[in-house]
Amino acid sequence: MRRIPLSALFGLVMTGAFLFCAVFAQWIAPYPLDAVTGKVWEAPSAEFWLGTDTIGRDILSRMIYGGQITIFVALASSLLSFGMGAFFGFLAAVRGGWIDQVLSRVVDVLMAIPSLIVALVVLSVLPISLPVLIIVMGVLDATRVFRLSRAVAMDITVMDYVEAAKLRGEKQSWIIFREILPNALSPLVAEFGLRFIFAVLFISTLSFLGLGIQPPLADWGGMVKENKDGLIYGKAAALMPALAIAVLAISVNLVADWVLSRTTSLKGGRGA
Amino acid sequence: MPDLLEFKNLRIEATSYPPGEPPRDVVLVDGVSVSVAKGKVLGLIGESGAGKSTIGLSAMSFGRGGVRLTGGEILLNGRNIRGMDAAGLRALRGREVTYVAQSAAAAFNPAKRLMEQVIETTLHHGIMGRAEAEARAVSLFAKLGLPNPESFGRRYPHQVSGGQLQRAMTAMALCPKPDLVIFDEPTTALDVTTQIDVLAAIKEAIRDTGVAALYITHDLAVVAQVSDDILVLRHGKMVEYGSVADIITAPKQAYTQALVSVRSIDHQEKPEAPAVLSVQNITARYAGTNFDVLKNVTVDLPAGQTLAVVGESGSGKSTLARVITGLLPAAQGRIRFAGRELSADLAGRTKDDLRELQMIYQMADVAMNPRQTVGTIIGRPLEFYFGLKGEAKRKRVQDLLDQIEMGKGFMDRYPAELSGGQKQRVCIARALAAKPKLIICDEVTSALDPLVADGILKLLLDLQAREGVAYLFITHDLATVRAIADKIAVMYRGQVVRYGGKTDVLTPPYDDYTDLLLSSAPEMRIGWLEEVLAHRKMESAGN
Repeated sequence: MRRIPLSALFGLVMTGAFLFCAVFAQWIAPYPLDAVTGKVWEAPSAEFWLGTDTIGRDILSRMIYGGQITIFVALASSLLSFGMGAFFGFLAAVRGGWIDQVLSRVVDVLMAIPSLIVALVVLSVLPISLPVLIIVMGVLDATRVFRLSRAVAMDITVMDYVEAAKLRGEKQSWIIFREILPNALSPLVAEFGLRFIFAVLFISTLSFLGLGIQPPLADWGGMVKENKDGLIYGKAAALMPALAIAVLAISVNLVADWVLSRTTSLKGGRGA
Repeated sequence: MPDLLEFKNLRIEATSYPPGEPPRDVVLVDGVSVSVAKGKVLGLIGESGAGKSTIGLSAMSFGRGGVRLTGGEILLNGRNIRGMDAAGLRALRGREVTYVAQSAAAAFNPAKRLMEQVIETTLHHGIMGRAEAEARAVSLFAKLGLPNPESFGRRYPHQVSGGQLQRAMTAMALCPKPDLVIFDEPTTALDVTTQIDVLAAIKEAIRDTGVAALYITHDLAVVAQVSDDILVLRHGKMVEYGSVADIITAPKQAYTQALVSVRSIDHQEKPEAPAVLSVQNITARYAGTNFDVLKNVTVDLPAGQTLAVVGESGSGKSTLARVITGLLPAAQGRIRFAGRELSADLAGRTKDDLRELQMIYQMADVAMNPRQTVGTIIGRPLEFYFGLKGEAKRKRVQDLLDQIEMGKGFMDRYPAELSGGQKQRVCIARALAAKPKLIICDEVTSALDPLVADGILKLLLDLQAREGVAYLFITHDLATVRAIADKIAVMYRGQVVRYGGKTDVLTPPYDDYTDLLLSSAPEMRIGWLEEVLAHRKMESAGN
């Protein structure tokens, strides 16, 4: 193993800390999610480390619970988008012809309309629940993953070893899962980190606009929205969840960068 | 009179980044001392990784990405240019020393006309005015035998052929009247029939302009035609240095002797035998085009023998392989294989059809999945065709590794951990694993160094003798054909222009194209180029 660079180490530690808080929220959070425990917009103190919010709930506790939901929704929708996007992307690349044409044009149409607008329209029609949110975000993001995995797989399908497998008489599933997938994995893994961050930002945006996670559940975007009025009075409550979004985004990016540079050096590409 | 260029104890290093290990410094070139007098040509020869190009580029004090010139002196016109400052180097490069790259197609800017690019450095250095430079370029075009020299410069790179582009690049290098030109494998990417023209043009231009040159190549027969002296390199060290005559006729070192005697496999044509593969009247075209890439091709391949398919790029050799394998279904014609009719497309073939017809590729690197171990790569056909598993499979893989002379310890390695020759051997083992009746070899030795290629050819012949497998051997290299073929099919523009036994095809009288092809293949003796050119001139005068 090569030594892990400092930036990646920082990213790994921070990402790990976020995940830890999200998984063990029930045990870590000092107060329950919805308990009104203090006065409105109290400053940080020994009792409330990050102060209290617009109706006097502990911000730290709400951020820990909020992180749980934000990360869960973002992770679930990223997994969904990767499953769908990679499957259809590989299929389009391997089969080509009309399958590729149909899939690619559908994706073009979806990508032609800004995701946020599509999401706003769909979510204002459908009842807002966690599964609906995850599916809407997953499908919208899958278009990006489709493009990437199709391009990566296209590069691989023209390789002689794929031709050799075809000449051997291998089935399509062997070609996709044994010949193409292992070689497409490293760009996809790096992309997963970035897509996950976009999902975090997207769910936060939706919640900020009131179409994401609904009260009484808390999430970071929603918390910014709840506390944004405090900014006028010089209360920093809204900045805390915003800061959490930023730190998570940067940490995951650092890890993704490192994964990308480490794995591409194997193939003689850019190595760090 | 001092030499124009002199290397004194040159040492070149670079930092290597092996995956999963700390970076380390490697020595690319060490202890090279050699000189080039004014107007002389020094040939640098060696296999890949020998440091030829690295030394060549150091003649203008340049090192490619991460390469450092760490020791010794590089004396150009009497002054040491190693470690010269940027301004000094700018004045030097493109003026005193110029460079001709291997791939002219990649070196020219596709968006600019040729003339602009040919005179660019000359104008930049202020050596001549535009009118004078253009006049010089035109005279160089004429000297290099380019068609319509007056208007040639107005064309764009894509409007001229590969051989013409290579000559245009030579004109570019000669235009600023340099003292030294570095030719880095200028004819390697060209077909033999084009190579001979470019070679003759370069040789004449060097002689007429009185420029000195470093001529880098891996082909000893080529360098023998253009050089005065030859430096043989291996692993960055000097092996032998001497005049062309000394190196070709009386090589002292074992390595040089091996290089000179390469391709001396003595292979006798086998007697007639029933055909294992019979290609009948095949016509094929690619989807969406109305051009027949193969026209009415008919060839037979006797069981256990080798049919060499020879031709230049674009002659349809590889397309023939694609038709036989079923990747490109033929528009017309039939293929009979092992006594049965083969379905035109891949989907219609039985597992036995697929198993008995294997393929080996030119680029072994991309013919193997980089994420699979050698054991998996060779083991898969065993598992797929014969259902071998576990210990039985492992044992058979080891047998196959023994057969390709690789022995133990390779089973768990990845392709990236193998040398070029080893990779090609693993591909051969993968094909053998299927117990085929026929293996299609598509330029399998073209990407390899001569000595390594020789080893592969010997292995293939050996396996043929033992296993009775037939080869359809696609190649552009006539030396390879001589070494391995029983039957020969010469292809030109999608047609077989000559087909027959080896001795029959390779003895006169030839048809015109076969004659051209045969006479264009460089031979390893001094004066060969002049002989061929004189012979051709005489013939065309006679017509």
